[in-house]
Amino acid sequence: MSESKFETALDLVTRVPGVRGAMLVSAADGVVVAEALMDEMKGNAVAALAASLAGRLRRAVEGAGRGAPRFVQLTGSEGTLLAAPWGEEVLLVAVADRSVNAGLARLEMFRALEILA
Amino acid sequence: MSDDIKTLTAQLAADPASLVFLPLGETLRRRGQLDAAQKVALQGLGRYPELPDAHDLFARILTDRADFERAFDEWDMALRLDPHHAGAHKGLGFLYFKAGRAAEALAHLEAALVEAPDDPSLQHAAARVRDALGDQAPPPAPAPAPAPAPAPVEEDDAAQRAAIFQGLEGAENGLLLVDTQGLRLGGGLRAPEGGDVADLVAAHLAGVSREAARTAKLLGLGAWQAVALEAPGGHAALLPASSEALLLVVRDTSVPMGRVQVAAERAARAARAWLESLT
Repeated sequence: MSESKFETALDLVTRVPGVRGAMLVSAADGVVVAEALMDEMKGNAVAALAASLAGRLRRAVEGAGRGAPRFVQLTGSEGTLLAAPWGEEVLLVAVADRSVNAGLARLEMFRALEILA
Repeated sequence: MSDDIKTLTAQLAADPASLVFLPLGETLRRRGQLDAAQKVALQGLGRYPELPDAHDLFARILTDRADFERAFDEWDMALRLDPHHAGAHKGLGFLYFKAGRAAEALAHLEAALVEAPDDPSLQHAAARVRDALGDQAPPPAPAPAPAPAPAPVEEDDAAQRAAIFQGLEGAENGLLLVDTQGLRLGGGLRAPEGGDVADLVAAHLAGVSREAARTAKLLGLGAWQAVALEAPGGHAALLPASSEALLLVVRDTSVPMGRVQVAAERAARAARAWLESLT
């Protein structure tokens, strides 16, 4: 996988107004694979927290017999975290302001996954 | 207040961004001032969510409070940030040993010893666990993860559980109210093929509310309000019904995600009213 492909995919997501950063994260251990974040964002923390939460949610949804989630959105009072798996081992994660158009961000994340595929 | 605590407190006040919260929190913990230690640790974690030592400190405080489940989560997070963190391996070794899972305990203690081979407390702990493993014949079956046991299901309970969401779509299948211990409070949930999965899913959701709250807080997203999930077999929404309860709504994929969230908000109001009626 070329660096430029990662960059192109992440750029698609970060161009959405309100998205503060996007990254590819190892789902198993929360390690950063590639990132495009605003300066003040803490990539390691985003990666570790997103991977941990996604893992818990995955177990719950699979327990309900619905399969592994293809998209997850955590909404907070001041922002939102979006995650979509790229295969079994990697998560595409985005952090955005509360004002973000989450529907648009979701679509761009799926487009980014197509680029990576 | 002792001199060292005074000194460290003054240093932290002079430079709130410094890492002096680590020795201050640890000193307070050792003195048994757990409320103050926790306050210091959480402030430090808020500033340095990516710092493994901050998670390690908070985990030690939680252990002193006998909140082992949350301590496990914090040490687990420390290892995600630094897979070689000796303190986190040591802490997890302690928790696994306490849970009767000596093999896992030894694996963590040995990992800690690789990082801190001269630590006499680690050497002693590892030797003790090796002894325990040697005494086990036959070895015990692996203990289950610290998920709570499902609540016993009785016929009368089924009607009561559905009654919480009376009048709402999915009162008996698709709406689930669980407590922080992973026990079902109300509602029901079936897999697409018909099997009752309510208690299993409730157990899996035990730590989700706390994890969502922690993630939102540490990433500067504010208070967590909802989680939306899309899966091949359904759409789901999770909401905090209270500080002690979590609501899950599941619909099939023909129901748009937006409608699932509307249904979740409506069910959360019903759940809150029911919870308030209990107090």
